[in-house]
Amino acid sequence: MSASPETVSPVLSVRGLSVDARTPTGLKRILSDISFDLKGGETLCLAGESGSGKSVTSLSIMGLYPKASLKIAKGEISLLGRPITALPERQMRAIRGGDIAMVFQEPMTSLNPVMTIGAQLTEAIREHRREEGASAEHLARQMLDAVHITDAARRLTQYPHELSGGMRQRVMIAMALSCRPRVLIADEPTTALDVTVQAQILTLMRELRSEFNTSILLITHDMGVVAEMADRVAIMQNGRIVEQGDVLDIFERPGEAYTRDLLAAVPRLGALAGTEQPPRVSKTEPFIRTDSEPVLAVSGLSVSYGAKSGWFGAKQKAAPVVDGVSLAIKPGETLGLVGESGSGKSTTGKAVLGLVPFSGSVKLDGREIGGLSQSAMRPLRRAAQMIFQDPYASLDPRMSVGAAIAEPLVIHGIGNRSEREDRVAALLRRVGMDAEAASRYPHEFSGGQRQRICIARALALEPKLIVADESVAALDVSVRARVLDLMLELQEQMGLAYLFISHDMAVIEKMSHHVAVMRGGRIVEIGTRRQVFENPKDDYTRGLMAAVPIPDPAHYRRA
Amino acid sequence: MAQILLRRLIQSALILLGVAAITFLLLYALPADPARMIAGRSATAQTVANIRHELGLDQPLVLQFLYYLGGLLQGDLGRSYAQKTEVWTLIAARLPATLTLMAAGILVEVLLGMTLGTIAALNRGRAVDRLVMMSAFVGVSAPQFVVALLLLYVFAATLGWFPMSGYGTLSHVVLPALTLGLLGAGWYARMVRSSMIDVLNQDYVRTARAKGLSGARIVFRHALPNAVLPVIAMIGIDIGQFMGGVVVVEAVYGWPGIGQLAWQAIQQVDVPIIMGVTLTSALAIILGNLIADLVAPIVDPRIRSH
Repeated sequence: MSASPETVSPVLSVRGLSVDARTPTGLKRILSDISFDLKGGETLCLAGESGSGKSVTSLSIMGLYPKASLKIAKGEISLLGRPITALPERQMRAIRGGDIAMVFQEPMTSLNPVMTIGAQLTEAIREHRREEGASAEHLARQMLDAVHITDAARRLTQYPHELSGGMRQRVMIAMALSCRPRVLIADEPTTALDVTVQAQILTLMRELRSEFNTSILLITHDMGVVAEMADRVAIMQNGRIVEQGDVLDIFERPGEAYTRDLLAAVPRLGALAGTEQPPRVSKTEPFIRTDSEPVLAVSGLSVSYGAKSGWFGAKQKAAPVVDGVSLAIKPGETLGLVGESGSGKSTTGKAVLGLVPFSGSVKLDGREIGGLSQSAMRPLRRAAQMIFQDPYASLDPRMSVGAAIAEPLVIHGIGNRSEREDRVAALLRRVGMDAEAASRYPHEFSGGQRQRICIARALALEPKLIVADESVAALDVSVRARVLDLMLELQEQMGLAYLFISHDMAVIEKMSHHVAVMRGGRIVEIGTRRQVFENPKDDYTRGLMAAVPIPDPAHYRRA
Repeated sequence: MAQILLRRLIQSALILLGVAAITFLLLYALPADPARMIAGRSATAQTVANIRHELGLDQPLVLQFLYYLGGLLQGDLGRSYAQKTEVWTLIAARLPATLTLMAAGILVEVLLGMTLGTIAALNRGRAVDRLVMMSAFVGVSAPQFVVALLLLYVFAATLGWFPMSGYGTLSHVVLPALTLGLLGAGWYARMVRSSMIDVLNQDYVRTARAKGLSGARIVFRHALPNAVLPVIAMIGIDIGQFMGGVVVVEAVYGWPGIGQLAWQAIQQVDVPIIMGVTLTSALAIILGNLIADLVAPIVDPRIRSH
């Protein structure tokens, strides 16, 4: 950022870019009239919700969009003043990975599993910098050092599966920067990573931007990441840029209604400081807890996977995934279970529903479920239901919405056909959908609507406890906010207890009465929301909270 | 590793025992009498009975089987009823021919299948893809003896490029290997195509493209090694399928291998030879699977570390 951006001509310039999709009914415009400039050493964020056209824009710049289904209708993309839209493949290849490099969202799958890290790194170097053998390897080692991977020489001989997600993303960044590109396109580079790892990667990218004098086009849905990283931001919606400008201006004085909505929907950590309860969303009388008995009482819960005995008696005892967890949830209350991947939070959620074998005690609605047979467990299952992360995968595509919601009723033999139909209609209305949705199929609905359907299905048996495992993680922020409000409303009206599992601190803060922080299978801190969020006792909890990007660019400018 | 090998060894021994028992039972259940076959039609009942006694066929089945197993443990496969020679000597003499044929057949099926499958995947949805998939379908469906006759008619009888039958030179191998490999080639073409399409949609292929690599490098260095992983496991299983084909192909082309030996033995109800060939085939399948399991970790580092 040494040269002032205003005086430098843009490194990358996009003018009036429109992209059509080939559909059975003809061409359909999915990107219209996209224009922006990326100046030297600058970070521009393309921000927007899913389907807004962020990724199509970046793939169009790289010439990597699927040519069978998409077509650039008009517009110009130029790199250092040279148009690249119509370049032949051969010349485009020199640009790809050479002048413009890209980092993708999924570090777990973006590296080739059967090639060593070294082979994948040196490949790009050999292709673009014409370095051979030892000198290419030397460069590769330097790049790993630059992204702070220790023991670089050994890493070069390792395979991707031997590295953690954060480490793989560092390798991806090293690979992208190894040919000193003018532009680095990063498409949701930290979305799949834990929040503490995300913070490290974002810091690394800022550091490398000045070190390598690379401009960054950062694509993200996360306004916190935008605030932390961007010099300028372009807000995208439905294939258009609705607003662009300096990040401080946009966050302080959003000009468009959509931008305002988007910013308003972002949960902010600390927004509820000083209050005991989650925000009230309905006007009903608060649900009164007549019984103080907890719906769920867990003590000393442990789960280990993969304990097996070999043929020759060599018993292998696996390390516990969940280790001595104790917690309790009362009716009408939410316990937020927060932690990073591998902390054992999902396994805990499954164990309390009796979905994985465990040791310790789990009392559901006053009854111990440990050691119950499948058939003895069945009536108890009515008391507790689960909502999963992926609303696309958790509904059977060949089952109508009505049938999916009615299925738990059928399994438990409740009501006759017409009674069940009435019940389904009532449930759909309850989650804010039309009753006629019952006859339609999951693919006709958006992600948020599908999650509502999943909630309706979970409510069908009138459970007392709902285990929500990352239930809003796959949803866009604005949709996420509405689904969270729906869950709060249902809780207020029906006195539901939630075990709300999430990696997202802000979401946990919004939803919870009590919070438990998990790490390595253990609860490191548990208490009321105010205790945990306003006065965290554990270093790990403090680290987690410090790592959450704050959706306020001014915060980072001050720093 | 040593533990895994030991476990596999015990498993293999159990499989061979099972194969021996089942084959023995099946042969016993056959409505043909080996003693009568050896004695000939005009022989008296007494001659037949003598022969039966000589071969030990008048003993109870369990005893016969135990005797056989006893021999087997000492590496003795018994003597042929008809030829009076050691079964092992007969098989050993013919094994090289069959192994050559099988190696050539596997080469044909893998090379042809992988090439066609890759071409189809890269041209997905186009005419080339449909043509390849259609040929693959024909290859899978055509009975081997028909393929054999067709190849013989075109390349041996009409064009005269290859000899009609026999064994010894490279040109003798071509037609039998093609006949043997075409069926599997169709299989593999379909499998490699779908596996390749899957791999080409993977994130790491997109990464490779984003690096600016050439199309050839992406296909051969990045996609193909991943796409062949399921095929390697398949080859091991496939050897069983192959043995059936070997009998037909050796018979049609007069190839002096153990398939032909088995064919003659079946006609003469020569039980020791049938048993010997069956056990040899079973051993080949077990070894094939073992080799596939040993090769897989070399190609796939994720298996190596487990």
